[in-house]
Amino acid sequence: MNCRSEVLEVTVEARQVEEAMLALLHTILLHRSTGKFHYKKEGTYSIGTVGTLDFDCDFIDFTFVRVSSEELDRVIRKAVSEFKDALGNSGSDGMGQISLEFYQKKKSRWPFSDECIPWEVWSIKVNVVNLANEQERQICREKVGEKLGEKVINVVEVINRHEYLPKMPTQSEVDNVFDTSLKDVQPYLYKITFQITDSLGTSVSTTMRRLIKDTLAL
Amino acid sequence: MDSGLSPQDKKDLDKFIKFFALKTVQVIVQARLGEKICTRSSSSPTGSDWFNLAIKDIPEVTHEAKKALAGQLPGIGRSMCVEISLKTSEGDSMELETWCLEMNEKCDKDIKVSYTVYNRLSVLLKSLLAITRVTPAYKLSRKQGHDYVILYRIYFGEVQLSGLGEGFQTVRVGVVGTPVGTVTLSCAYRTNLAFMSNRQFERSAPIMGIIVDHFVDPPCSSQRPANMGQPCNYRAPDEEDGGPFAGVQDSQEVCTTSFSTSPPSQLYASRLSYQPPALAGAADLCHPAANPNQMLHAGKEGGVVLVPAQPPHGADAHLTAEHAPNTPGSSGDDDGLSQSGEGRRDEGRRSVSPSDPVESLNAFTRKIGAFVNKPSTQITATSMDLPFAAFAPRGLDSEENDPMVQPPDSPPCPSPLQASLHSQGSEGSGPQDDFVMVDFRPAFSKDDLLPMDLGTFYREFQNPPQLASLSLHISSQSMADDLDSLPEKLAVYEKNIDEFDAFVDMLQ
Repeated sequence: MNCRSEVLEVTVEARQVEEAMLALLHTILLHRSTGKFHYKKEGTYSIGTVGTLDFDCDFIDFTFVRVSSEELDRVIRKAVSEFKDALGNSGSDGMGQISLEFYQKKKSRWPFSDECIPWEVWSIKVNVVNLANEQERQICREKVGEKLGEKVINVVEVINRHEYLPKMPTQSEVDNVFDTSLKDVQPYLYKITFQITDSLGTSVSTTMRRLIKDTLAL
Repeated sequence: MDSGLSPQDKKDLDKFIKFFALKTVQVIVQARLGEKICTRSSSSPTGSDWFNLAIKDIPEVTHEAKKALAGQLPGIGRSMCVEISLKTSEGDSMELETWCLEMNEKCDKDIKVSYTVYNRLSVLLKSLLAITRVTPAYKLSRKQGHDYVILYRIYFGEVQLSGLGEGFQTVRVGVVGTPVGTVTLSCAYRTNLAFMSNRQFERSAPIMGIIVDHFVDPPCSSQRPANMGQPCNYRAPDEEDGGPFAGVQDSQEVCTTSFSTSPPSQLYASRLSYQPPALAGAADLCHPAANPNQMLHAGKEGGVVLVPAQPPHGADAHLTAEHAPNTPGSSGDDDGLSQSGEGRRDEGRRSVSPSDPVESLNAFTRKIGAFVNKPSTQITATSMDLPFAAFAPRGLDSEENDPMVQPPDSPPCPSPLQASLHSQGSEGSGPQDDFVMVDFRPAFSKDDLLPMDLGTFYREFQNPPQLASLSLHISSQSMADDLDSLPEKLAVYEKNIDEFDAFVDMLQ
């Protein structure tokens, strides 16, 4: 099975990084979360209700909708905050990428550990710029708001193609497909990773990849 | 594989599409109410949350949607549309966007109705939630209230996009294939807000993030812009199938926060919090909210009304209630009374224990401060032990004898501190040595020069005579003088150019 990969790119000011990432990650997770499953006998299940919440960004002229779950919000914020710190520490012209990967667990026999097979990966490339004065910052607020709107439309477009989604699992398999650790909602199993490109525009992984490609090309 | 749909599936599908249409309308209208939406997730299914999403059902909106659908379902050639428009307080309106729920012939026979279609409709609703916050009308709807409101209209039948102006954009929210056709949800939104730019409604906020409606001035309401939008219900007679859809005309409703039966003409009413009737007469007086507990609200008359939001002290509540039945003339003074009272209270707090509301109430009424209009019934001082007892009116009603209004002549003040504090002294140095007597001389409190209260003062000096220096012949004279003296001045400045340069350098 092929993993679907989507790339979104945004250019923001340093103080907008957090909210821009939250906006996009939450938008994706909104579509990739369901209510909690309650399995009944005979293999049927009922699904809980997902609430939504509007969030106004402080540094961007933008409002996004996220799942009404404080636990989920905390997890996402933590990841975004780590990304933001890493980006901040990397240098003034920060470039980085945060990835949201949805995967399925495939149980393997002992002694092999479970395999994580991604079925959808969203990569958000971030370009951080520094602005000189308040006027530029104000324009940036609006521009980034519009850009984020476009990205939300892109996300919605991809999701509404209704391509591969894991099959609804039986009760025993539910933890291989969904993250059942939250109290109120149930997103698909996901993980968030990030990488920072240094100021030369290269990252360790891209350098390695290039080396391997070059080697193979010989 | 069945070529047709089983009856149960057909029934389910129809139900899904019907409720999907109703929920779509709810999401769109709620997104244009102008406030943030928040619903709670619930891990246990309630059975009434369609598509496993917590979307509130506003009864009026459901009613309108059902009226528009009139028992039919969106089908091929029969689209359900929600039109969002803007209406200014002057009555101009403009269509902002049209959301269309359509069905086309492309069928997906193999899809499972009860499971896949349902889940995909749920995802589509989530997408709708996300996209409704992205189109330009969202920002406009968040700012509605004073100058404009956002209206919605639901109609069924052919999609009409002509009211959106030139160059409108379309965004597709999503599609869901079903065995009877493909459900498509899209939005067409206006990009040409030329009508609005005449009115200084900017699409993008100005620099420094100032709210645009500060600068909208009523005088330009007399002009009608050339490309005025049509009122929302204008289009209704043009619709086909006048029979079942005759009710569409009536479906225009105001998307305000409250869905009470307040008539649409009261554009401000639904946005206001409670205003005590006493202060409504103070529309002429615009007191800046010196006290943070008082807030300014747009009044029904369009004036500014001072509303004490939270009395900081129990006594204040007494006071404003006490002065409730007021003549309009003196109501302005009462504002001042409550305003200055709080200022006074701080001063009096040294001497009066704030925990005793009765005492402080009495103490307050004796401490007459700015903007005072003596109430006709005076609360006379009893034998209270007060440091300002010297100023306590000794059972006198007349203003002339009130020492606060007319401070007594200054006794010989030995202390230089006291002397510097009040030019017209007050007897404080005598019995109260531990207090520094601050001669509180608020404006307009002395009657000897101009025996009038604040209201009278304002009325009399509404139209002051023009300044002499601004009168024409004198100004032209001075202009001529200025021009004559200009060469001399320039010569002097050139001589001192080094000094000026040094000064500028010092500043940098």
